[in-house]
Amino acid sequence: MTKQSSSFSIVRLRAQFIKEVFSVLRDPRSRMVIFAPPLLQLLIFAFAATLEVSNVELAVYNQDSGRWSQELVMRLDHADFVSNIHYVGKSSDLQRLINEGKVIAGIQVPIDFSRQITAGASGQLQVLIDGRRSNSGQITFGYLSAIVADISAEVQAEQSQITPVVVRHWFNPNLNYRWFIVPGLSGILAFFSALMITSLSIARERELGTFDQLLVSPTSTAEIIISKSLPALAIGTLLGLLMIAAAVFLFQIPFSGSFWLLLISIVLFILSVVGIGLMISAISSTQQQAILGAFAIGVPAVLMSGFATPVENMPMILQALAQAIPLTHFLVIVQGSFLKALTPSDILANVWPLLVIAVVSLTLATLFVRRRLE
Amino acid sequence: MLANNTAVVIEGVNKHFANTKALRNLSATIQYGQLTGIAGPDGAGKTTLMRILTGLLEPNAGHATVAGFDVVNNNEAIHVVTGYMPQRFGLYEDLTVMENMRLYARLRGMNVAEHTELFAELLEFTRLGPFTERLAGKLSGGMKQKLGLACALMARPKVLLLDEPAVGVDPVSRQDLWRMVQALTDEGMAVVWSTAYLDEAERCDTVLLLNEGQLVFQGPPEELTNRLVGRSFRLENVGAERRAVLAEVLNLPSVSDGVIQGAAVRAVLRKDAQVNELQQLANRVQATIQEVPPRFEDAFIDLLGGGPGGTSALAERLPKVELASNIAVSCKHLTKRFGDFTATNNVSFEVQKGEIFGLLGPNGAGKSTTFKMLCGLMKPTAGEAHVVGLDLRKATGAAKGQLGYMAQKFSLYGLLSVKQNLEFSAGVYGLSGAKQRQRIAEMIKGFALEPWLNSSPDSLPLGFKQRLALACAVMHQPPVLFLDEPTSGVDPITRREFWTHINGLARKGVTIMVTTHFMDEAEYCDRVALLHRSELIALDTPDALKRSAITEQCPDPTMEDAFIYLVEAADLADDLKKQGGV
Amino acid sequence: MKVKKFDLKRLGALVYKESLQAIRDPSTLLIAFVLPVVLLFLFAYAVSLDVRDVRIGVVQESNSAPAQQLAAAFASTRYLNVTMAQDRREVAEQVVSGKLRGFVVIPQDFEQRLHSQNGLPLIQIITDGSQPNTANYVANYTQGVIQNWGAGAGMKVAPAAIELEPRYWFNAELESRRSLVPGAIAIVMTIIGTMLTALVVAREWERGTMEAVMSTPASVVEILIGKLLPYFVLGMLATLGAAALAIFVFNVPLRGSLAALLFLSAVFMIPALGQGLLISSVTRNQFLAAQIALFSGFLPAFMLSGFLYEIDGMPAPIQFITWFVPARYFVSSLKTVFLVGDIWAVFWPNLLAMAAIGTFFFVLAKRATRKNLEG
Repeated sequence: MTKQSSSFSIVRLRAQFIKEVFSVLRDPRSRMVIFAPPLLQLLIFAFAATLEVSNVELAVYNQDSGRWSQELVMRLDHADFVSNIHYVGKSSDLQRLINEGKVIAGIQVPIDFSRQITAGASGQLQVLIDGRRSNSGQITFGYLSAIVADISAEVQAEQSQITPVVVRHWFNPNLNYRWFIVPGLSGILAFFSALMITSLSIARERELGTFDQLLVSPTSTAEIIISKSLPALAIGTLLGLLMIAAAVFLFQIPFSGSFWLLLISIVLFILSVVGIGLMISAISSTQQQAILGAFAIGVPAVLMSGFATPVENMPMILQALAQAIPLTHFLVIVQGSFLKALTPSDILANVWPLLVIAVVSLTLATLFVRRRLE
Repeated sequence: MLANNTAVVIEGVNKHFANTKALRNLSATIQYGQLTGIAGPDGAGKTTLMRILTGLLEPNAGHATVAGFDVVNNNEAIHVVTGYMPQRFGLYEDLTVMENMRLYARLRGMNVAEHTELFAELLEFTRLGPFTERLAGKLSGGMKQKLGLACALMARPKVLLLDEPAVGVDPVSRQDLWRMVQALTDEGMAVVWSTAYLDEAERCDTVLLLNEGQLVFQGPPEELTNRLVGRSFRLENVGAERRAVLAEVLNLPSVSDGVIQGAAVRAVLRKDAQVNELQQLANRVQATIQEVPPRFEDAFIDLLGGGPGGTSALAERLPKVELASNIAVSCKHLTKRFGDFTATNNVSFEVQKGEIFGLLGPNGAGKSTTFKMLCGLMKPTAGEAHVVGLDLRKATGAAKGQLGYMAQKFSLYGLLSVKQNLEFSAGVYGLSGAKQRQRIAEMIKGFALEPWLNSSPDSLPLGFKQRLALACAVMHQPPVLFLDEPTSGVDPITRREFWTHINGLARKGVTIMVTTHFMDEAEYCDRVALLHRSELIALDTPDALKRSAITEQCPDPTMEDAFIYLVEAADLADDLKKQGGV
Repeated sequence: MKVKKFDLKRLGALVYKESLQAIRDPSTLLIAFVLPVVLLFLFAYAVSLDVRDVRIGVVQESNSAPAQQLAAAFASTRYLNVTMAQDRREVAEQVVSGKLRGFVVIPQDFEQRLHSQNGLPLIQIITDGSQPNTANYVANYTQGVIQNWGAGAGMKVAPAAIELEPRYWFNAELESRRSLVPGAIAIVMTIIGTMLTALVVAREWERGTMEAVMSTPASVVEILIGKLLPYFVLGMLATLGAAALAIFVFNVPLRGSLAALLFLSAVFMIPALGQGLLISSVTRNQFLAAQIALFSGFLPAFMLSGFLYEIDGMPAPIQFITWFVPARYFVSSLKTVFLVGDIWAVFWPNLLAMAAIGTFFFVLAKRATRKNLEG
C-alpha cells in the first residue's frame, strides 16, 4: 500500500493531465471544432473587418454644364472606390436613391458652379450622405474631399500656397486597417476557444458522473484545477501562436516587438482566460449552463476589451470594468508588439494585471469546486 | 372474443443497425388482458423490439401489427392505441407532476377539464396525489417511474409498453408498480414489460425470452421453470464460510449456477447431472442440503449455458489486506442537513474488516447521502466518518487513498481508450513507473481485457464495461471498496460474474460497502443497514431481517418481503408516535 | 383509423410545456432578457465608433506669440484632451505606450515659417497608426483646429476653389449609437433564435424526452412548431423590449412604423429559428450544437452582416458569403426602419431573401427530423 497522502503529487497530476489532453483531442470531431473554425474565421474576418470603402455607388445631380463640373464628374468616374454613378435630373431622385440605400452619397452641383470658380470665388458642392452608414459615410466623404482638393490644386496651380501641415502616421503609414484587426482577432479567437474548452471541462465530467470518481480519489482540488488548466493553456497558446504566425507570414504584418515577451504574455493571457472558464464551469451544474454562461461572459468581454473601439472612448465605469478583462490588456500587448515595438516596461505594465486576474480566478475556481463538496 | 384476443402480432421481424443485428427473424404474439414480459440479457434486442412496436423504429424486414394496425403503414394510429414508457425517464424534469400529466393528456387529444375524474383516479392509483405541485426532476426514482406510467396511461391505451420500468426503483415502489399493472391487465389491457431481472419476468403471465436478437422461449414462465424441477438445491447454514463454499460449488463440473442467499448457498445442477458432488461438498462443510423449487432465473441461466465459474482471477492475484484495526469503516452520529431538510439523521455503525455491508432503503431515504459522506463526496453537517481509522474530514487525501469507488453509471472516460482509462486510474492514485505497469498488467490478465485495450469503453459490451470499472476501482488495492448500485439494470449472468469478483475480494479481507435496490444482491451481504426517512431503522444479517418479518400471512418471507415489512412497520410506528404526541 | 395530422389542442399543450420550461430555466432567462439589455447598453455606450476625448500631445518648441495662440487653440477644443510638452521625445514615448494617440509639433522656427512662405510645412502632425480609426480622426481634427486658428489669425490663405458642404441624413450628429443600436437587435435575435433554439432542441434529444413525445399522436409538424413558437414569442418580446430601450433610453428615433419593425422581425425569426433547429437536429448534442451555432450563427451576424463593418468594403468572395447570412438583410432593414422610415423598396428584397433562406433551413430540418428514431 503506497502511503501517498501529500496534497500534491506529480504522478497524480500527470495522469490527470494526460486524461485531459486525450478527452479534448482524441475525438476527431472535437479536434476539428477546436482548431479549424478559429483559423478559418481569422481568414474570413480579417478581410471582412475593414474600415475602407470600395464598390460604392454615388448619385450626381449636375445642374452645371461648365468645365469644372465636367472635370469633377470625370474624376469621380475614375475613382477606385466608386463602382457606379447614377446621374439624376431632379434633387428628389437623389433623396430617393439614398433612402433606398442604392447610393451612399449624392452630390448636387449648383448651376453657377463653374462660373464661381472661374470668377475666383468658391464653388459650392452639396454632398448628401447616408447617415445610416455613418462610418463609411464619413470615409466616403473623406475620399470626396481628396478628389475635390486635387481639383482645387489644379485651379490654383499658379498661386503659391503655404503648406500648413504635414501628417505622418507612425507605425502604420498607410493606415492599413488589416494591420490593426488581425493581431486583435487572434487574441479574440484564442480567448473564445480557451473559454469554451475550460468552461465545459468540469460541467461535462459532472454530467457524465466521472467527476465523483475523481473526487473520491486522493487527488486534491488544486491538482484537479491545475490538471484542467494545463491542456487548455497548451491548446490556447498553440492556437494563439498559429494565428500570430498567420498574421506575420500570410498577412505580412510587420512584427517589430520581442517574440519572447509576446510568448510570455500569451501564456499569461490564456492562463487568466482559463481561470475564468474554470470558474464558470465550477459554478454550472449542466453543460447548457456552462455554455450559456461562457457566452454571457465572453461576448460583453469582447465588446468592452477595446477590440471594436478604444477603451478610452467608454464611460469611466466601463473603463474600470474593462481592466478586469484579460483581453483588454492582451490587445494592447499584441497590437503593440506587432506595430510599435513595445518596450519591456510597457509590456510589463499590461502583464501584471493578467497575472492578478489569473491568480484570483484560479483561486476562486478552486474554492468553488471545494465548496461543492460541502 | 377469443379470436380477437391478440393484441400484437410480430412476423419475421429483422432489424439491423450499422453493423450489428439487433433482431433476427422474430415472430411472436401478445394477448390482451395479459402481462407479457420481454426478458433477456444486455444486447438481446429488448429496447429495439419495444421501439418497433411503438413505431419509433422501422423493421428492415417482416411485419408487426399492434391492435390491428401496421406499425409502419399506420404509424399515426399506433401512437393512439399504445402508451409507451421509454427506458430513460422521458418526462420533463422542470415541469411539475400535474403539468406533465396535463401535457400528455392534451397530446392525446383529451380535454383536461372534462377528465378530472380520470386524473383523480390516476393520482390515487399512483399515490402521487400529495406531490402534484412538485417538479418531476425532484421526485425520487420510484415516483418518477410511477409518473411515467401515469402519463403513458393517459387516454386509456389498448397496449401499454414499459421499457425496463423497475430499474432503480426500491421494493416498495416496485410493489406499487406491480399492483398498478395487475389492475390494468384485469381490465383487459395488454401490458408489455421488458426487463433484465428474471424475478420480474417470473411474475408475468407470458414471457418472450430474447437472446442475441432471437426468440429462445415464448410461454408462461412456469413452463420453462418446470423443466428445472429437481435440479435446484440449497446448502443451509453455511455461515461465515459461505463465500468459500460458493466458490467451490461453482467450480464443480456438475453445477451450472449458484448464488448466496443469506447464510445459505443456492445451486443449480447441470442437465442430467447427479447431486453426488454437491452432497459430498455439503457433508465436508457440515451443511444440510435441501431441494428447493426452481426459479425462472435458474431456467434462464441454464438455457443460456450456465453461469460463470466461482474463482475470481483478479482476487487470486491480490495480497491479503492487513489492517491495524479490525474496524474498516465507522460512522458516529452522522447527520446531513440541506437547509431545513435532514437527509441523514444521526446514523452510527461500524463495519468489520472483510465484511460485505449493504446500505438499503426506499428511494429518497437518505441512502445515497449517507453513502456519499462515507466515501468523502460530501461533508457531514454533524458527526464523523472514518475509513481505516482515518477521519475523512481531516486526513482527506490519506483516507481517500484507502478506498476504491465504483459508481452506478460506471464513470469511465469515453474519450479515452481502455488502456488509457487504466493508466489514468493508476496515476490518479499515485502509482507510477514499474509498479503502475505491473498493476495494469494484473488487471488486464485478471479481467481478460487484452482484446479491448485500444477500444473506447463506450463500445464495450456491458459485462466488459463493468469489469473495466471494477478494475479502475481496485487498481490501487484499496482495503475498502464502495459500490453504488453496481448492477442496476444488469442482466443475471453479468451480475453473477461481478459478484464472483466481489466475493473473492472479500475473502482477501477487502471491506465492501454496497448500496442496492436489488434484493438478490442484498442476500450477498454479511449485514444490511436499512435506512428510512433519513434514519437507520434496522441493522442485521439478511437472515435475521427475514426472520423478523415472519407473519402469519407470510411464513417464509423473501428479502423483498422483509424490506417492505420493515419499512411499513417504521411508518406505522411514526404515525403512532405522532398521534400520541397530539 | 384516421388521426388528424394537425391538431391545435395538441399544439397548445406542447407550446405551454415549452413556455414553462423556458421560464423556469435561469440560463434561458439570462440569455433572453439579461444579455440583450447588457449588449444594447454596451453598444450604446461602450462600442462607440465616434471618437471623443482623444488624448494628444502638443509640443510647443517655440515660445513666440502665434505659437502660444495655436497651443491655446488646441487646449480649448472640446474633443481633444491635450497634454502640453516642450520636447517631442517626451510625448513620442507615450505614443508608443498608448497613453497618447498622437501629437502636434509647433516647430522652433514657427514664426519664421509663417512669414517666409518657403514651402516648409508649418506644423507636423504625428498619429498612432496602430489604431487607424483614431489616427484618421486625430489627423482630420487637428487640421481643422489649425485651419480655424489660421482663419482667425488672418493668415494669407486663399479660399479653396471648391467647398464641400456635407449633410449627413438620418443621423445629422453622426452618432454611431444610432446605427449600432438598431443593428444590435439583429444580434440579440440571432442569439435567441439560433443559439437558444439549437440548445433546447438538442437537450430534448439528449435527455430522451423526444422519444416519449414521439410515441404520442403528436405529429412532427406539431412537435417542431410547439418547440419553436415559444422562442418566436420570446424573440419578439426581446425585440420589443430592445426597441423600447433604443427609443426611450438611447434616444434612437423610430422613423418607420412599429408594425413594419415587428413584421421585419417576425420574418427574420424564420431563418434564425430554422438555423437553430437544423443545427440541433443534425448534431443532437448540446456541446456541438453550441459550437456550431456560435461559429455559423452568432459570429457571422456580428462580423458579416454590415452591422460593424460595411459589406461594400469587403472583397468579392467575402461579399458572396454574406449573401447567406440572414442577419445581413435584417440589419439593413433595421437601420432603415429606425433612421429613415418605411421604405418598402428596401424591405421587400430583404424580406424575400430572409424568407427564402428560412424556408431552405426548415426544409432541411424537417428532413433531418422524421418521426422516428432512425438515423
